[in-house]
Amino acid sequence: MSQKSVTFKGGIHPPHFKKMTENVPIERAEEPSLVIIPMQQHIGAPCEPIVKPGDKVKVGQKIGEAKAFVSAPIHSSIAGTVKKVAESNTPTGKAVCVFIESDGTNEVCESVQPKGDLENISKEEIISIIKEAGITGMGGAGFPTHVKLSPPPDKTIDYVVLNGAECEPYLTADHRLMLEHPEKVVFGLKVLMKAVGVTKGFIGIENNKPDAIETMNKAVSSESNIEVVVLQTKYPQGDEKRLINAATGRKVPNGGLPMDVGVVVNNVGTAAAICDVFKTGMPLIERIATITGSAIAKPRNLIIKVGTPFKDIINQCGGYKEEVGKIIMGGPMMGLAQFTDEIPTIKGTSGILVLDKEDATLPEPQACIRCGKCVNICPVNLQPLIISKLSLKGMYDEAEKFNATSCIECGSCSYICPSKRPLLQAIRVAKKEIIAKRRARG
Amino acid sequence: MEKLLIGSSSPHLRSNETIQSIMLDVLIALLPATIAGVYFFRFNAVKLIVLAIASAVATEYIIQKLTKKPVTIRDLSAVVTGLLLAFNIPASAPWWIPVIGSAFAIAIVKQAFGGLGHNFMNPALGARAMLLASWPVIMTNWVTPGPDAVSTATPLAIMKGAEATNEALPSLTNMFIGNIGGCIGETSAALLILGGLYLLYKKVINWRIPVVYIGTVAVLTFILDGGFTGMSYHLFAGGLMIGAFYMATDYASSPVTPKGQLIFAFGCGLLTSIIRLYGGYPEGVSYSILLMNVATPIIDKFTSPKVFGEVKRNG
Repeated sequence: MSQKSVTFKGGIHPPHFKKMTENVPIERAEEPSLVIIPMQQHIGAPCEPIVKPGDKVKVGQKIGEAKAFVSAPIHSSIAGTVKKVAESNTPTGKAVCVFIESDGTNEVCESVQPKGDLENISKEEIISIIKEAGITGMGGAGFPTHVKLSPPPDKTIDYVVLNGAECEPYLTADHRLMLEHPEKVVFGLKVLMKAVGVTKGFIGIENNKPDAIETMNKAVSSESNIEVVVLQTKYPQGDEKRLINAATGRKVPNGGLPMDVGVVVNNVGTAAAICDVFKTGMPLIERIATITGSAIAKPRNLIIKVGTPFKDIINQCGGYKEEVGKIIMGGPMMGLAQFTDEIPTIKGTSGILVLDKEDATLPEPQACIRCGKCVNICPVNLQPLIISKLSLKGMYDEAEKFNATSCIECGSCSYICPSKRPLLQAIRVAKKEIIAKRRARG
Repeated sequence: MEKLLIGSSSPHLRSNETIQSIMLDVLIALLPATIAGVYFFRFNAVKLIVLAIASAVATEYIIQKLTKKPVTIRDLSAVVTGLLLAFNIPASAPWWIPVIGSAFAIAIVKQAFGGLGHNFMNPALGARAMLLASWPVIMTNWVTPGPDAVSTATPLAIMKGAEATNEALPSLTNMFIGNIGGCIGETSAALLILGGLYLLYKKVINWRIPVVYIGTVAVLTFILDGGFTGMSYHLFAGGLMIGAFYMATDYASSPVTPKGQLIFAFGCGLLTSIIRLYGGYPEGVSYSILLMNVATPIIDKFTSPKVFGEVKRNG
């Protein structure tokens, strides 16, 4: 490979665990007979359901209205009848969900129409189309995309950076997407670039995916203003501030946003979803996810419809081959552990990771030996051992002085700790307390 | 699912490295120098090394049992302390010297302050300082390597002229491989460096403390004490290599911040050079590390790393 790999300072090298699915082509999951669609799948205000039990809905029909600016509407992923609207368990906690039973017709809603030639669509229209299609960040955090594309007038944006790092172990959904649908990623990037009025776009990919780098390089060979950036394979390379630093050399100020240095970052999956919206008019109702882990019989990369229960998806991957230790939505570094498999998939479900008992058992924490490894590898240059110690003693004001709130919760410190201390867990407690105190002060 | 699973805060993945694996790496790194010590100083070295380790482990076990704390001798940290203490005593010492030394290192310097990770100075060095103050004659009775051990002076003592001796300085080669008088484990600079490189390779230690410590001593003695030859003796005779790679890098008693480690190592190098060149004592490594150990909390406090993207605040 002739391209030079770039990266950031700090970080760790966890084992990749990607072999199980990196060569498995994307397939479509079976049509679900019942979907449970949560009204909150993003960061920001929940949606209000606009359907009631007994209503007939079609594929792509809006069923949840976003009333606030930081929110994104929600659409039905199947055609059928609304059974009930009630609070239920979701991967991110309890939320109001719309239960829809499939009628098997898969009839598409009339509102789903291609958006026509990109040349003839204005910036404002693009942003409004993206908002109406319910596009949110598909990398895991689920931030509404139109918000990122609407910077205040005093900020000039220079670059759009697409995140194809996929630095989380086990996950291969973005990898497969770039291999199989590079044209969708490139088209989505062009839409994003037009939306914020920039002439330069980057696609960052870790160098452990040489085939994806090659494919994407080919896909952008005729695009003079789009560049594939090869990133060193290192966690958390896909964190947006680390990615910006590696790709553009710019440093987002502590507590600031990418737009402060003139950059907008989106996941490659988000770009592909945007491509679908413009080409077919279909809002965000499905996504690619990697179903893998030591307790999954047949790991796969599947296109899953939002609202399909985890259990159904796992059954299509041969079910559990061993006693389940842990079910995680997302990757092992930042993913959310789930109490049960009776929860629906959401827009941010980049992976379903099921670990067996052995993999799920965390070692007993020992005394801190002050080895300083957490300080050495922290991508934000914090001192996790000190913040964790202060947090455990309830000294949150002191923890604030050590910049606890700058923590990006990547988990590198807990990973590297030879004493197996749950450093990030303690830092999270401190962050929560500090933010609560700040709110109380007003 | 009938039964709810147990959730936990991310990350759900941990590295394979443990305290035990780190301590095992330190022991592996010290193995060549241990074998050399045994080769040079024969049965006496074996006896003292075994006693030092046994006493350290037994003391840790007894104290943790008495205070009803979990017994952690399996983490091997007491074995490391015992071995390092044995490295720091002359081969001619009687059997009870390592026994008392290790017991002091573990009971007073380590466990009395809260155990592993809480000691404010290096346990082995603290014990060495205690032994030196209590039994100065025994602790400086150096013998020549080989089967017929006779009294000798260390190269640094000869250089200093501290002892009335007619001995000539050993050759640089002998000094580098360790065929000289001195403590059991400190004589072979070559093997200590080899072990140190292993620790760097395994990322048990980072380059900052050994490189800056040795570099500072090299530069200062080159300028102040006879150029290249003088510098070579300062580097390879005495305890600099063991101090820089294995003692000053002790996790608990050295700074955790990158900048702090640089300052700490520079301080060690400066103090070692000053003690050797202008003090009344031919060695300087132990005391300079101990002095910098007690400065560690304050160094850490003033060298907090700058947060990624931190902006200077106005005013």
